Amino acid sequence: MNTETLNQNLTATHEAHQTRGAKALFGFWTYIMSDVLLFGAIFASYAVLHDNIFGGPSAKELFSMPFVLVETLVLLASSFTFGLASLHAHHHAEGRNCIPKVVKWLGITFLLGAVFLGMELFEFAKLLEEGNGWQRSGFLSAFFTLVGTHGLHVTAGLIWMGSVTAQVVRHGITERTINKISTLGLFWHFLDIVWIFIFTFVYLMGAI
Amino acid sequence: MDTNDFKIIDEEYEAGRLALRSYVTGFVLSIILTLIPYFIVVNKMFGVQSMVVAIVLFGVTQLFVQVVFFLHLHKKFKPKWNMVIFTFTVLIVSILVVGTLWIMSNLNYNTMHRTPATLNEGYIPQ
Repeated sequence: MNTETLNQNLTATHEAHQTRGAKALFGFWTYIMSDVLLFGAIFASYAVLHDNIFGGPSAKELFSMPFVLVETLVLLASSFTFGLASLHAHHHAEGRNCIPKVVKWLGITFLLGAVFLGMELFEFAKLLEEGNGWQRSGFLSAFFTLVGTHGLHVTAGLIWMGSVTAQVVRHGITERTINKISTLGLFWHFLDIVWIFIFTFVYLMGAI
Repeated sequence: MDTNDFKIIDEEYEAGRLALRSYVTGFVLSIILTLIPYFIVVNKMFGVQSMVVAIVLFGVTQLFVQVVFFLHLHKKFKPKWNMVIFTFTVLIVSILVVGTLWIMSNLNYNTMHRTPATLNEGYIPQ
């Protein structure tokens, strides 16, 4: 086999990999869209139930706004730091050694995500302690379902991020790990977008 | 089928300087778009109706900011399958949310405001 055919073969393999990566990412995008439907349904039930407080506390009395603002900014920052990780991963593909930077930004994103999840659990624990659990009223059932579903997604995202970081440490930045970072990126930015709606429709609307 | 049909992230763009600028712009804009509605609500700057409209507008603007500056969906002039699914999802979610609110508010109205007319539903005078 002469060099030219070899090169052509290599290019063909490279393109095949890229197509597979692109298709995987496309499939994941389809999954995210079905997740949007799930959140749409839960938002609709929250919209229907948010006034049904059954003599219990309303959103206005329950939530601490500065706490929620910090929570929102933490998640927003984590979306940004994930962007930086993805950026460095693609820089690496262009022939620079960016593995330490990618691992650093993935680590920072993981920490911010964990802080966010901790704050969410702290808020839940406080509500339960005060006797305002999901069984208190229709409003609180809807609230726990909506924010809890988002929290479960964040938990899944954190476990996944841990796994991707470990793979980057172990195998470096390869076609495979880059695709995984891109896929996780779609998921993580999507969770941030869902949170904007929770922040707007649950917390800000509730405080008016 | 063409690879580009399934490509939803532009890998070359993602590696470039423009991508960094885009992430920073998105981050700064998102912070601003979070803080403004927050202070409007906390300081009760307007009437209830205008505050509701304002925060919804800020929320939707931030949705677009994050989709454009963070997600970096592949930009090329082509019928793109990811946009087809996205548009369909938006359609279904709108039907779901608007339909639910519509039906449930009617139901609330009919069960809360009991007039002789609604009480007699199904009753045929002899």
